[in-house]
Amino acid sequence: MNLFYLILGMTAVTYIPRALPMVLLKELNLPPFLNRFLEFIPYAALGALIFPGILSSTGSLLSAILGGIIAIIIALIAPNLLLIVIGGIVGAFIGELLI
Amino acid sequence: MVDKIKTLNHKLITTVVKPSFLAGIKKGIPIALGYIPIGITFGLMANSAGIPYYISIMMSLFVFAGASQFIAVNLLMLHTGAWEIILTTLIINLRHFLMSASLSQKLNPALSNRWRSLLAFGVTDETFSVASLESNENLGPQFLLGLNLISYGAWNLGTILGVLLGTNLPELIQNSMGIGLYAMFIGLLVPSLKKSPPILIIALIAIISNSLLDYNFSSLSTGWQVIISTTIAAAIGTVLFPEGVEAE
Repeated sequence: MNLFYLILGMTAVTYIPRALPMVLLKELNLPPFLNRFLEFIPYAALGALIFPGILSSTGSLLSAILGGIIAIIIALIAPNLLLIVIGGIVGAFIGELLI
Repeated sequence: MVDKIKTLNHKLITTVVKPSFLAGIKKGIPIALGYIPIGITFGLMANSAGIPYYISIMMSLFVFAGASQFIAVNLLMLHTGAWEIILTTLIINLRHFLMSASLSQKLNPALSNRWRSLLAFGVTDETFSVASLESNENLGPQFLLGLNLISYGAWNLGTILGVLLGTNLPELIQNSMGIGLYAMFIGLLVPSLKKSPPILIIALIAIISNSLLDYNFSSLSTGWQVIISTTIAAAIGTVLFPEGVEAE
């Protein structure tokens, strides 16, 4: 099997779903409920992307939970993404050290 | 001819390097921090699967989709046929259809198709999440380009490091850094939850539905799980809150 063709095919099937709505939905006047639906997508997607995936993101459940809690605490106090990411990593690191 | 190229170059530079471009780069730093270790892991894994280094690098350059690339390498190791790998990739990445549709509505309708096709290449779970929580006036093409470029650069840098150096980060560090992008998602979601009860409810529905899917239908790919949960949560939200949320 030629791996170049594989990459070509993978490029097509990853690019098309990304590009089609971007170009086609440009000047379409969507009904209000559909606009609302699309407006809610980011929050729904974030929920689905975080959980339960986060639980298996580190070496152990304990470190994942510790990192997650620290990320939530920092996010509640200071909504600075970089700080939250570093805090989450440090939290997970401490969790990994504990086991 | 040379003059023409020079003016073109100049035009390109002056249109690209704008404050909003730099703002996009800056907003992408947490993504980059998460992508580099995953890219390294991908490069290493592809090496150990016996995939030639240039194929791994090309995959990151052209496909730019983390989960799909890992699964492709895995399937290659199991001698799965190309069509099956391509079909799996499509299924995993269909969720970007939803994300691009959502993002598309936030962009200026006057933005050309050429720009849109270029920016679409950089849509990932992470760039989408960061971009769609930006206010509409910030969300111009330069911002998105900056955001996409630093993320794309980090993913490819990670891949190259993994493939060529052939050494992973120490396991302890690598395990801890695995949480990075999830922490970023938390950082994006939590401030919005504080501002609006509808967002909290929608996110909770997505979390519950995704957990139920993961628990009861573990054979369902993560891509489908995310598509189904996201659609269910956003649809219920549309019914419950027809007046929308004050997200800004």
